[in-house]
Amino acid sequence: MFYRENGQFKTSYQADQQLFSIPQDRWAILAIIAFAFFGVPLLVDEYLFRAILIPFLILSLAALGVNILVGYCGQITLGAGASMAVGAYAAYNFLIRISGMPALGAILLGGLVAAAAGIVFGAPSLRVRGLYLAVATLAAQFFWDWAFLRIKWFTNNASSGSVSVADINLMGWTISSPVDKYYFCLGVLVVFSLMAKNLVRGNMGRQWMAIRDMDVAATVIGIRPMYAKLTAFAVSSFYLGVAGALWGMINLGSWEPAAFSIDRSFSLLFMVIIGGMGAISGSFFGAAFIVILPIFLNQMLPLLGGLLGLEVSIALVSHVEIMVFGALIIFFLIVEPHGIARLWATGREKMRLWPFPH
Amino acid sequence: MSGRKFGEVILDLKNISLSFGGVKALQDISFDVLEHEVRAIIGPNGAGKSSMLNVINGVYRPQQGEIILRGEHFANMNSYMAAKAGLARTFQNIALFKGMSVLDNIMTGRNLKMKANMLQQAFWFGPAQREELEHRLKVEEIIDFLEIQHIRKTPVGRLPYGLQKRVDLARALAMEPQILLLDEPMAGMNVEEKQDMCRFILDVNDQFGTTVVLIEHDMGVVMDISDRVVVLDYGKKIGDGTPDEVRANPDVISAYLGASH
Repeated sequence: MFYRENGQFKTSYQADQQLFSIPQDRWAILAIIAFAFFGVPLLVDEYLFRAILIPFLILSLAALGVNILVGYCGQITLGAGASMAVGAYAAYNFLIRISGMPALGAILLGGLVAAAAGIVFGAPSLRVRGLYLAVATLAAQFFWDWAFLRIKWFTNNASSGSVSVADINLMGWTISSPVDKYYFCLGVLVVFSLMAKNLVRGNMGRQWMAIRDMDVAATVIGIRPMYAKLTAFAVSSFYLGVAGALWGMINLGSWEPAAFSIDRSFSLLFMVIIGGMGAISGSFFGAAFIVILPIFLNQMLPLLGGLLGLEVSIALVSHVEIMVFGALIIFFLIVEPHGIARLWATGREKMRLWPFPH
Repeated sequence: MSGRKFGEVILDLKNISLSFGGVKALQDISFDVLEHEVRAIIGPNGAGKSSMLNVINGVYRPQQGEIILRGEHFANMNSYMAAKAGLARTFQNIALFKGMSVLDNIMTGRNLKMKANMLQQAFWFGPAQREELEHRLKVEEIIDFLEIQHIRKTPVGRLPYGLQKRVDLARALAMEPQILLLDEPMAGMNVEEKQDMCRFILDVNDQFGTTVVLIEHDMGVVMDISDRVVVLDYGKKIGDGTPDEVRANPDVISAYLGASH
């Protein structure tokens, strides 16, 4: 009813090419961002910050990275966790080895190192695609898992193999409480989402999508597959690297390589498949889903079991979690390969025309 | 078709031979294309017509022969070089980017002309925004030209076949090519759509001075709109000349109608 474009006429291409060209969308997004900055901290307790909101923000950022590569450029990857690990360990090393290194600088440099690693391990995409590429990226995952476990230099010779960082200081602002961490991650996510949205609607994004949809036609109009694919790997790995650095230094504080294992790669891929490939909003839907579902099951299953007079153990809950994910992946791949984001877009189309669908 | 002025030879193909393993797709084929003309390549199925186009714009590398484009020799043409040199093409089986809107498909045709770097694009400022607007204007001109205003925001996957063909042409035109290669632009169309497409091809040729090389099976169309015709059969050139000359060529008649023994 309120979501209708009657009477909204655009008189310039500039107006038509805005980020959100429908005013209702623009206001809704602004409202959500404002609520995230000002409303949420008033309403939410520390547990929710720690358990849901901070992981959600960081994993959204990581899912954005995976979505750029998998959803927009069509290059499948199972090395997302490795890119996060590279970002985290690189940022850690920049922070401890260079005195006076600002934290934000270390995080961004970590992202750049991850981007460079991503280009190297993305090189097979120039020759192979699909399943074979997935296997090639798996090599990155295993290589970096091994490197951070065995090469002591990366972990600053820590005897336990786990590294930790002190509270991060950002120009006099010490990020220690969950609210601080939330603000910091939210700020990074807003900026990075904006950048991703701009990239995918511009020339760069069109090149990625052209390679995804029809690579022969793309080369014929002058797109170089090598450039398009490797930039996608670089940008994607940069996002993942920054997300990894945040995950390690902000969310965990101290971590070991297992924090970025193959499980992480898979769960990021699931987020993108469930959330929506080739849609920025899909990254957020997917991350929210994957973060909230386990907590939801943890709370609900014992209650449900209690109603039926069954004892629900923690092990059972985690098994059910895996089963639900599996079922959902199959569901989405068959019924809606473009994920929750497409369902949302379809709903919006309907609302624009409601109540007269013709 | 008389009265128009042809220029120099813009594209000269010399002794092109292409084979895939033991299959000889093209054998020692030479022909030239004059600036501003409409040049047709015809021949029965499997004659090597599409292979010829693929050689011209660098999708296939011929084992022998050379391509001379505006006096410049290309021994190893690749698609990127061909696109830079002003060659654009459409495809026999529509090769649009299915996940993108019509507008984005056509905008992609401008990619070689867009220079803003990734950082500028990420923040959508300065050159990035300016470029996007400039090229949008150009693309809108093409949209007007091909009369597809009403579908500019539609995902191409949802369009009927005839319109998809038109978008394919629009994307090629967005490159502002000097030579336009059309691979069966009229295949699978009804009479009305064919008429529209013919009109567009002739208008492009006339208004923009674009040289057109086209493959087509509809003989009526070919004989009507082309200035000169090359005939291929089993990878060999069996005829070359104006439509009337080709029509009278005994080899061509036997390739199409069969010879009496």
